[in-house]
This record gives sequence, C-alpha cells and structure tokens, in this order.
Amino acid sequence: MEFLKKKILELRPDFEKGGKYAQFHTLFDGFATFLFTPDRVSQGGTHIKAGIDLKRTMFFVILAMVPSLLFGIFNVGHQHFLALGEFAGSPLNGLWDKVFYGALKVLPIVVVSYSVGLGIEFFVASKKGHAINEGFLVSGMLIPLVLPPDIPLWMVGLSTAFAVVFAKEVFGGTGMNVLNVALTARVFLFFAYPTFMSGDQVWISEKSDVYSGATALANAAATGTPFQISADQPWNYSLQDMVVGLIPGSIGETSKIAILLGAAFLIITGIGSGVIMISVILGALLMGLIFNGIGMTPFMNMPFYLHLAMGGLLFGAVFMATDPVTAAHTGTGKWIYGLLVGMMAVMIRVFNPAYPEGIMLAVLFGNVMAPLIDHYVVQANIARRNKRLATRASLA
Amino acid sequence: MSDVLVQSPVEKKPLLGKKERKLITDPLSDNNPVTIQVLGICSALAVTTQMKPTMVMALSVTAVVALSNLVISLMRNAIPPRIRIIVQLTVVSVLVILVDQILKAYMYDISKQLSVFVGLIITNCIVMGRLEAYAMGNKPFPSLLDGLGNGFGYGAVILTVAFFRELLGSGKLFGFKVIPDALYEAGYVNNGLMMIPAGALFVVACYIWVQRSFAKHLEEKE
Repeated sequence: MEFLKKKILELRPDFEKGGKYAQFHTLFDGFATFLFTPDRVSQGGTHIKAGIDLKRTMFFVILAMVPSLLFGIFNVGHQHFLALGEFAGSPLNGLWDKVFYGALKVLPIVVVSYSVGLGIEFFVASKKGHAINEGFLVSGMLIPLVLPPDIPLWMVGLSTAFAVVFAKEVFGGTGMNVLNVALTARVFLFFAYPTFMSGDQVWISEKSDVYSGATALANAAATGTPFQISADQPWNYSLQDMVVGLIPGSIGETSKIAILLGAAFLIITGIGSGVIMISVILGALLMGLIFNGIGMTPFMNMPFYLHLAMGGLLFGAVFMATDPVTAAHTGTGKWIYGLLVGMMAVMIRVFNPAYPEGIMLAVLFGNVMAPLIDHYVVQANIARRNKRLATRASLA
Repeated sequence: MSDVLVQSPVEKKPLLGKKERKLITDPLSDNNPVTIQVLGICSALAVTTQMKPTMVMALSVTAVVALSNLVISLMRNAIPPRIRIIVQLTVVSVLVILVDQILKAYMYDISKQLSVFVGLIITNCIVMGRLEAYAMGNKPFPSLLDGLGNGFGYGAVILTVAFFRELLGSGKLFGFKVIPDALYEAGYVNNGLMMIPAGALFVVACYIWVQRSFAKHLEEKE
C-alpha cells in the first residue's frame, strides 16, 4: 500500500493542469480515489452528510453479491459434471474440479463485462471532462450474475456496451438512468439472441444432449410443478435443491441462501431498501395466492410460495428492484413500487409462456413507473397538508 | 399562409431557383419530416425490416405526398375552410387507393408484405401535415416540389433504418446475403432485436443522434 501511495503522489503532477497527461486527469482521479481517500478536503462550509461516499456504497453492494457469485461459480461446475454423470452422490464430491471449471466459465464473463463497461465509462468521462463514476462497478458484477453460463463472450460485450450507452450515458451517466443498467443488458440479449437466453439448452454448461436441461421454472410452467422432470433425466429437483441452489439457471440466481445473505448484509449496512425487498416478495406471494384461488391451469395451482424458490425472482427483488436510482424514492412509493413489481413478475410467469422469467420485465416496468408513483405520492401529501391547513384556517 | 411566394412581375424566374431547390433539400436534412418533425414514425417502425418493401413504401409515400400536394394546391382557393380536412382526406384516399391497386397489379408479393401499411398512408401524418402546412397556401409547382422533398426526406430515413435492420437482423440487403458464412461459423448470430419494432426505435434514435451531432444548430437552446 505504501508503495502505491508513493507512486500515486509521484505521478500526480503529470495529471494536473499543465502536466503531460492533463487530459487523462479524470481517469487518474478515479483510480487514485478508488484506492485511497483523497488527501485534499473541501474548503469553507461542511458538505459531508455521511462518511460513506459513492465508491464505498458501491463496494458494499459488490460485497453483498459475493456469496451469489461464489456459489454461482461452484454451481456452474456442479451442473456440468452432474449432466455428464461424474461426481455422483454428495454435491461436495469433486468440489475443486467443479469450482475450477465454473471459474473458467464465469470469470471471463465478469472480465468482459467490466472491461467493456468501464472502457465506455472512462471514454465518456474523459471526453466530457466529468469525474469517473463508480456506478458501473455494481452493474458490471450484476450482468454476469444474470446470464446463463454458456453465453458467448462477444454477446456479453455487445449487451454491456448497449446497456451502458443506451440506458445510462445518453441520459447523463450514473444516477441519471431511468432503467436498471444490468437488466437492460439482459433484456437486450433476451430479445436479440433468444436462443442463447431461454429454452432448456443453455442453463447447463456443455451438457450432453441426452438430458433435458430445463430449469425448475420451465418445469413449473410446463407441468405445474417444479420438481418433476422428464423421464430421461436421472435426478429430480427437490425443494431443498432449489433453496440451496443446486439447480440449473442464470449464474447468480440459483442459490436463495446466498441471495438472502446478501440481502441481510444490504439491509444491515443500510445500503439496500428492505422495504422494497419485502414488498416485492409480498407482491409475488399475493399474486401467487390469487392465482391459487383462480386455479385454472396447473401452473396457477402450484403452491404460491414455490414462486420464491425458482427462477430469479428473489435475486431481482434483492439486487435489481432495490437499485436506488431507478426505484421509487418516497416511503409509500417504495411499497407501491415493490408490490407492483412482485405482482407483475408472477403474472408474467403464469400468463405468458413466451417469457418464462417475469422478474426482469417486471422490474423494468417498475423502473418506468417509479417516477409516476413518486409524483402521485408527493401530490397526495401536498393535498393532505393543504386540507389540514384549510381545516385549521376554518377553525381559527 | 404567411409564406406565400412573392413574385416580382418583371423578372423571369428560373424553373428551379434557390427557393425551389430549398424546398427539396430542406426536408432531407434540417426539416426532416421523421427526425425533426417526428411525423410518420409508425410506418418507419412497421415496414422497415427489409430494404425492398421499404423502397416501395418510400416511393409510394413520395408519390402520394407530391400528388396530393399538387391537387390540393390547385383546388386550394375553391375549398371551403370548414370542410377542408374532409376534402383533403378524399383526395389522399383516392391517391392511396390508386397506389394500392398499382402495387397489387404489378408487385403482388411486396404488396402482400406491406399489407395494411399501404392503406395506412392515408393516416401518415406527413401527408396531412404538408397539405395543411404548405399546399393550402402555396402555388401548385412549389407544392409539388415540397411534396417530393418531404417524400424523399421520409424515404431517406426509412431506407437508412431498413438498411441497418436488414443487415443486422437477417444479414441480408435487398434479400441478398451480405454477411459471409465464415462469420456465422465463427459464432456470429443475427440480432433478433432488429426484427421487432423496438429495434427500429433504436435505429431512428441513433439517426437523430448522429444528425444532431453534425448539425449543432438543431439543438434546442436551454
């Protein structure tokens, strides 16, 4: 660390006004403040509201995603070897082979997502003379977690570029985006290259064609229960598998335990909104209950709580819907937003056979609606206070 | 009505003077009906998955706008203002039916592909917009030029959109394969987003982006 600090202080004059690399000063500042707290403080009045700045906020979110990422790496390997019929028995058999295989699959996706996204971010920042923002640090980790393991790397790069440019930079960069950046990348891939993003062939990395690789969610959509799989597959998904995460799916979405660990971390540190997480889950359960009551198709009759155990609903509720930029901001608004997202997610799942996973579209829909929700919540508050004022005036 | 051409009686004007040329060139760039006036967006999204039907659509719209401008301009002093929209609509629909019948007779396949969108030229805002904004208050020849100019402006945009949608969405141009097989074998895949209307919105947005970054004077002052 001492060495880095010395190097940074040594290099700094080159990047300041009049220095050799003055045009790259935003880049330099970005890296320097990423590593160390700046030694210069503001002059005059105080501006600090809290000791935590954007960089540390983003870093906490990444820490919260680490359990999902690690389990995802393991699970990619686990599913692969399971489909090949190796390391049968306990999931921990061949642990290091599985982790090694999974890391080979997952880490390149992470690297591509980060290098493309940060590359664009740096380019735009130096071109416009803005300070480099850290917003992409979280998106760059979220993107790999919501993709299937076998996605071609050029698609990862293309979708990341698309999302950063069209969802973020055109609206003015970090903090100005209307839509969640990571979900924009996913939705781009989903519509542009559907064969790589849906169906039963993409969720297990390099599986033999003998096995159906349908996810629990796809099973449920087809038959009404996530457990039962086609006869040609030698194993079944149990509820325990679904909660622990030993099922095929997007890299980070399978393990509900890892996601809940992340959720607890976000709530305890005060970074993520617990209200949104809870209301999304409540909304999903409520919609599931309503469908149980209607009960027209086998999928509607599936016990409502199983919705939480399959697919990306929980991941979306914890990491996507809570995005502080695109979610609703007002207290009441957060409840409405969360319930809307949760109900839409289950509704899309059950009604639309073309889109097996509803949470992606539901969160994007919620993002678009969030400013409207906030507007009406604020207006309602103004109206209420005006009314109170009028009552008091009439009493006086 | 304010921009009625002022003609001096003595001076003999050339057929295509500066003003007339501007009528043609303006809609191609600074006053483009799609990217600046934001008219005719629906058909720009609907018919632009392939170059060939788009070409036909562009020509059909150009013909309808130019001819209806001419006809309405000839009739402009005889149309009672209160029923002018109905008169305009009648003229436009006659022309659209003519175009539709010609397409059905000579280009049946493309006519099937364009399906309802030929008939919907009637509702294309560019047509009514030019009639109201220009033909009702100007002489026939400038009106004809204005119609042609706006038709070309519309055509330029939708052909550009169709170029990218067909190239990226199906790897073809005018139905011919242009992306080599070697690239597909290397793992390239056609982009399905370009085949749905949402893809066209992104291409139109990029077109506007590029246009505005070249023509800074189009940016609204804050």
